[in-house]
Amino acid sequence: MTTVAGRDSAHDSQDGQDGRPTAFVDNDQKPCGHGRMLRKEDARFVRGKGRYVDDLQLPGMLHLAVLRSPFAHARIVSVDTTLAEAHPKVRLVVTGAALAEQGLAWMPTLSGDVQAVLATDKVRFQGQEVAFVVAEDRYAARDALELIDVEYEALDPVIDVRTALSPQAPVIRDDLEGKEDNHCFDWETGDAAETEAAFARADVVVTEDIVYPRVHPAPMETCGAVADYDAVDGRLTLWSTTQAPHAHRTLYAIVAGLPEHKIRVISPDIGGGFGNKVPIYPGYVCAIVGSLLTGKPVKWMEDRAENLISTGFARDYVMRGEIAATRDGRILAIRTNVLADHGAFNGTAAPVKYPAGFFGVFTGSYDIEAAYCKMTAVYTNKAPGGVAYACSFRITEAVYLVERIVDCLAYELGVDPVELRLKNFIRPEQFPYRSKTGWVYDSGNYAPTMELAKQLAGYDQLRAEQAEKRARGEVMGIGVAFFTEAVGAGPRKDMDILGLGMADGCELRVHPTGKAVVRLSVQTQGQGHETTFAQIVAEELGIPPQDIDVVHGDTDQTPFGLGTYGSRSTPVSGAAAALVARKVRDKARLIASSMLEVSVADLEWAKGSFRVTGDPEASVTIQDIAMRAHGAGDLPDGVEGGLEAQICYNPENLTYPHGAYICVVDIDPGTAKVTVRRFVAVDDCGTRINPMIIEGQVHGGLTDGVGMALMEMISFDEDGNCLSGSLMDYLIPTSLEVPDWETGFTVTPSPHHPIGAKGVGESATVGSPPAIVNAVVDALKPYGIRHADMPLTPSRVWEAMNGRPMPPI
Amino acid sequence: MTRMQVTMTVNGDEVTREIEGRLLLVHFLRDHLALTGTHWGCDTSNCGTCVVWLDGEPVKSCTVLAAMAGGHEVRTVEGLAGPGGQLDAVQRGFVECHGLQCGFCTPGMMMTARALLDRNPDPSEPEIREAISGQICRCTGYATIVRSVRWAAAEEAGTRTEQPADELASGPGGVS
Repeated sequence: MTTVAGRDSAHDSQDGQDGRPTAFVDNDQKPCGHGRMLRKEDARFVRGKGRYVDDLQLPGMLHLAVLRSPFAHARIVSVDTTLAEAHPKVRLVVTGAALAEQGLAWMPTLSGDVQAVLATDKVRFQGQEVAFVVAEDRYAARDALELIDVEYEALDPVIDVRTALSPQAPVIRDDLEGKEDNHCFDWETGDAAETEAAFARADVVVTEDIVYPRVHPAPMETCGAVADYDAVDGRLTLWSTTQAPHAHRTLYAIVAGLPEHKIRVISPDIGGGFGNKVPIYPGYVCAIVGSLLTGKPVKWMEDRAENLISTGFARDYVMRGEIAATRDGRILAIRTNVLADHGAFNGTAAPVKYPAGFFGVFTGSYDIEAAYCKMTAVYTNKAPGGVAYACSFRITEAVYLVERIVDCLAYELGVDPVELRLKNFIRPEQFPYRSKTGWVYDSGNYAPTMELAKQLAGYDQLRAEQAEKRARGEVMGIGVAFFTEAVGAGPRKDMDILGLGMADGCELRVHPTGKAVVRLSVQTQGQGHETTFAQIVAEELGIPPQDIDVVHGDTDQTPFGLGTYGSRSTPVSGAAAALVARKVRDKARLIASSMLEVSVADLEWAKGSFRVTGDPEASVTIQDIAMRAHGAGDLPDGVEGGLEAQICYNPENLTYPHGAYICVVDIDPGTAKVTVRRFVAVDDCGTRINPMIIEGQVHGGLTDGVGMALMEMISFDEDGNCLSGSLMDYLIPTSLEVPDWETGFTVTPSPHHPIGAKGVGESATVGSPPAIVNAVVDALKPYGIRHADMPLTPSRVWEAMNGRPMPPI
Repeated sequence: MTRMQVTMTVNGDEVTREIEGRLLLVHFLRDHLALTGTHWGCDTSNCGTCVVWLDGEPVKSCTVLAAMAGGHEVRTVEGLAGPGGQLDAVQRGFVECHGLQCGFCTPGMMMTARALLDRNPDPSEPEIREAISGQICRCTGYATIVRSVRWAAAEEAGTRTEQPADELASGPGGVS
């Protein structure tokens, strides 16, 4: 296992594999393969020529608006649409009752539950869809919503997850036959008895209640769609903000009863997804119904309030963490009990066998003896969701739990949190490492990553500075977090979404002149796939990345696959792109042998050409071979014309990137305002395809971390009113709340991945909240505080400093 | 809904349209003129994805009625590149320094950056952060946007070196 370490900077272009610097390069001199390369996508975006869903205008297109419930829990007594239908610009008004007649009032969720498209019997969260209007323009559609008269009979809502299972709690899901409580599911992992025994042997046991509050991914572009049903051909085209166009197509086929070959889902440019755009929302289905009924294209584009109150939230885990250790700091076991708030419908996007996602990796980066988790998920009168916002299927929660509870242990033992972690790390020779909850970590070399972070941060000097500041009454904290991610879902025998195995297809076609097109099943939302997938193919085939077009997001034009979330693009689709290129190279080798009149065994590959061993003059380029493959010359026996291949890649395991983060905060003792002064992030995602893009991914994720740790929360009052329905209340970091990020990297390749690359996109969102909270708690050590819950707003930190820590729910 | 006629100059071209008095400038630009580079990201005037210029001043076009722009000059991202289509230094800075990912906030960010550089050709990092603080980006974490604007400033001042990264890269200490 090799580890190369370095520091990122704006134009640092170490490719990570051999440390070869490629120096500053412009668009015309890009390295042919992995390495820093400017983005192909940027040309259109900086000119305002991107094409997002709401940019689409089709002839005769109508606009759809959704009427939403003002109540969290209420019976629908009547819906009167007479006035709305009389509006001169209104073409269609649809209620839940009308949808029920078509059998479309309910739809399956990605978790095998059902969700109301439009409420029929009652509403179950504030902001739930009750009716929709289709009108000639978007302003008229909104006007008409005001003309619909709905009579509600208010019911008591269930808001506090901790009382949802009490016998007195009103039953939210009385639509489910025989349902008499708000229980959603139970789940457990690990070995309870072994863990109990380890706890019994421990010198030190620390218990802490740790809440990961409800937050929201809030992509800058909200969700929306344009549905266009062609009654003559019976074809439905749906442009939509989806991260998983193929999976959506299959689900529409199942829900709407349309044949799958007559459905084309197009995910055009997406203005950020962050997991918000994985589920199917009622608005998409309404747009389809609207187009079916009017025979016209119908556009639905939600506003920010609708996005925040009704689409997929993230987190909302109430966790009790327990850690057992010896007096000298050897961690023996970790145990946790989780209460998960899933809202009114279980819409969690997770592989079927993993209702709690990959929360099972809560043992983190540590070699421990035993672990156990017991989880209960419940329904409440809130919007559905849970898995979103770069969580890698609940790993945000898992990493937050373990990194907080390890810090709580360091606090109790009075030891340095970095030293405690170094002492308990899984050692490099233990990989592949089977965790106590059954996850097989592919590779890792944790100590050098931690050491690099310490070095970049100047950790020892920071501790000295902190001691001086404390002596002067200043409040400064240093937080460390070390995480192991699990991304790249996943092996199809274990992982599927509603029966669809989590493999990804890839097709590569080399044109006669040696230019190429690669078609992906994954869907970028800003992660740079159009650039990096061209680089992967370029590295394997020696065709310059500028000569390779990347096609994605159109189900008619791309192979089937499960889409982009869970940082799975590089682990799964990236592997597919490399292997499909090698398949093309294998065929090219056969053609080259006939062109050079030697046996294939006499050929060696020099990126971009085959040459005869021992005779470097005798060679043919991949471009020469492409022309021969399509030309009139002879091809070897059994070799078909053309130069193309396809593949469906089934990963044998997830990839397990890791990272060491160090955060420095200053707290104003007069106002309790927390300032993130520095943040050092060292990530190891194996082979680095494009360091510039990785750095940008990390910066974005670190900013998410500042938001979650210090600012963001979706909160409710006791009546179930969502108090965070706009950017006035749901606070997202601006340029003033974040520091200039300091990043570095180590390289520990994934042994099972064709190019050794691991996913990375969500690492920073996963790893940064615990680093920031650990820093704040570290700053508050003189106040005797061992834990404080996010978001650490000035008022909440103030309360903690004054001995009144507040739980966030 | 009462309709009215409005005439304004957009990216140098005079346009006249029949509109409703309540129409927002952002929708006028997007739906009526098909200038879809300007985006709409919130309902409360916080996100700034809709920033355009009104008589040279950056404004949030979701918070301006189209009628109010009547008789005025509007400039959008589509009018940022030069007459021959050559990119403005700000646009090149965003490309060179990876100042964008999904691209949704980018047009608004660049319009603000251009206005900043027109007033202050050599802004410090805190000045750049202040200038874009009325705009939200979910992808970049802002550091590369700051670098992009610095790149453009150096390019226009003729002080950009072959290895501009050295002066623009994040260093230890960052910004407090």
